[in-house]
Amino acid sequence: MITHQLTIHEAHRLLKARQLSSVELTKACLERIQEVEPKIHALVTITNELALSQAKKADQLITGGDIHPLTGIPVIIKDNMCTKGIPTTCSSRMLQNFVPPYDATVVEKLNNCGAVIIGKANMDEFAMGSSTEHSAFFPTHNPWDPSRVPGGSSGGSAVAVATGEAVYALGSDTGGSIRQPAGFCSVVGLKPTYGRVSRYGLVAFASSLDQIGPLTKDVTDCAIVLNAIAGYDNRDSTSVPYPTPDYTQCLTTDLKGLNIGVPKEYFVTGMQAEVETALRAAISKLEQLGARVDWEVSLPHTPYALAVYYIIAPSEASANLARYDGVKYGFSYQDTDSIWEALEKTRQFGFGDEVKRRIMLGTYALSAGYYDAYYLKAQKVRTLIRQEFDQAFSKFDALITPTSPTVPFKIGEKVDDPLQMYLSDVCTLPINIAGLPAISMPAGFGNGLPIGMQLIGKPFGEETILRVAYAYEQATEWHKRKPPI
Amino acid sequence: MKLNREEVLHIARLARLGLTDAEINRLREQLSDILENFEALQQVDTSNVPPTAQSIPLQNVTRGDEVADSLPQSQVLANAPRKDGEYFRVRAVLE
Repeated sequence: MITHQLTIHEAHRLLKARQLSSVELTKACLERIQEVEPKIHALVTITNELALSQAKKADQLITGGDIHPLTGIPVIIKDNMCTKGIPTTCSSRMLQNFVPPYDATVVEKLNNCGAVIIGKANMDEFAMGSSTEHSAFFPTHNPWDPSRVPGGSSGGSAVAVATGEAVYALGSDTGGSIRQPAGFCSVVGLKPTYGRVSRYGLVAFASSLDQIGPLTKDVTDCAIVLNAIAGYDNRDSTSVPYPTPDYTQCLTTDLKGLNIGVPKEYFVTGMQAEVETALRAAISKLEQLGARVDWEVSLPHTPYALAVYYIIAPSEASANLARYDGVKYGFSYQDTDSIWEALEKTRQFGFGDEVKRRIMLGTYALSAGYYDAYYLKAQKVRTLIRQEFDQAFSKFDALITPTSPTVPFKIGEKVDDPLQMYLSDVCTLPINIAGLPAISMPAGFGNGLPIGMQLIGKPFGEETILRVAYAYEQATEWHKRKPPI
Repeated sequence: MKLNREEVLHIARLARLGLTDAEINRLREQLSDILENFEALQQVDTSNVPPTAQSIPLQNVTRGDEVADSLPQSQVLANAPRKDGEYFRVRAVLE
């Protein structure tokens, strides 16, 4: 048994049986961080002391018989979720010294379960990017091949889980930021339905698209973490007051009676042959497991999703990021008496290239004379995209696509070509536009590099996609492969 | 749709974003490319299609008007770049 490779449910069993203590598990992860961090740079902050004190407390809880499935288990939080007293930087110079006075709801919920917070994960600045190269601090490297990107924006979270720096992580997903790095690092990543998990304390990027979710080593762990973080929160007005099921109850290996659709528009030009081959094999496996598969589903507005997303997300971002004015918190340019110069230079020096690009794009799309042609038009096409999914889900229980059209690309390959970078999310961003749940899971390798499969569910249909994912996982070995690091 | 330098400066001014000359030139090229790519959207027939602002069936969410604790002032001011006693300090708006 290699301690840092344990899943949540494996570690929980050992903790409960008193064959492992939370302090031992936490130390194993901290040692793993020392070992791999110089090669992969997944973390912005390592919270050694906090982690060990939380681990000691967890061991006391366990001794007292008070144990939740997450008690004593080390977790890494993406650095855009507020952690009281621990810097929350969004991997931006703007928030480099920001220490939140409160916890995000998801962090509060994990703490109430007796979690052990071991660090904060690197990300693309303000979650804008698909490679974690847009971090203002340093790029994160893919553990399967350190010359390649881990995906983004939750690249640090995905790498931390893939390498065993923590047992699981939280990420956020606005256009694929949990699923695409999960696919690139061969871990499981779930974007819940919009409204399923509270966004209170998540630094806002695009408020109608953002959603927090788990990154884990397997599907069972994914269900366990979703159980802990899902649910209504009156501090988030877009949190939906629906009851939360026990997501571990839907994990069965039989797919008989399920109808699964394969939307052909997701097998796009530019898709790598090894990705397509792996996906077709995975879909055949689901057929063997009893699912009825329709290979010829059509969602004709899919090709417009990229433009819709890159109008709506930057528009919302330009409004959300207007708050960074250097007055209440964050970087603040001081060397002037002019309020306007202070504002402009605070934002000039506080934001990186990609954030500036999105603010400019969004401001343009919302500006007088262009609002109807861009923002309003995008919102109307958003309606058509959602309607198309609703129609598909009247016939199918789940849809299946690749997570990304390619295997992980080289560091530096797309960083100066924004449009090419944006295309990396072409399979994931329609799901945020429609507000649906989707999971990415390991589905094979091409030349030693991970390939992810995306399962899409109907609104609040997380149970169905977890069930399909679990059945596939139990019938395959991909999730057991560990990166050579 | 090619943006000119004045348009880039106008948008930057709306966003209160300072830019160097090199950034202005680069953004002019990149934003023009991206916007050109988005022209494809105009082909979609959206007559009689209502816009979607968000995807959940909730409207006009309000909460009860109840007194609750706020953060203590010291914590609210803890991250302030400039403060003066109990206040955030800002530069003069009117000269």
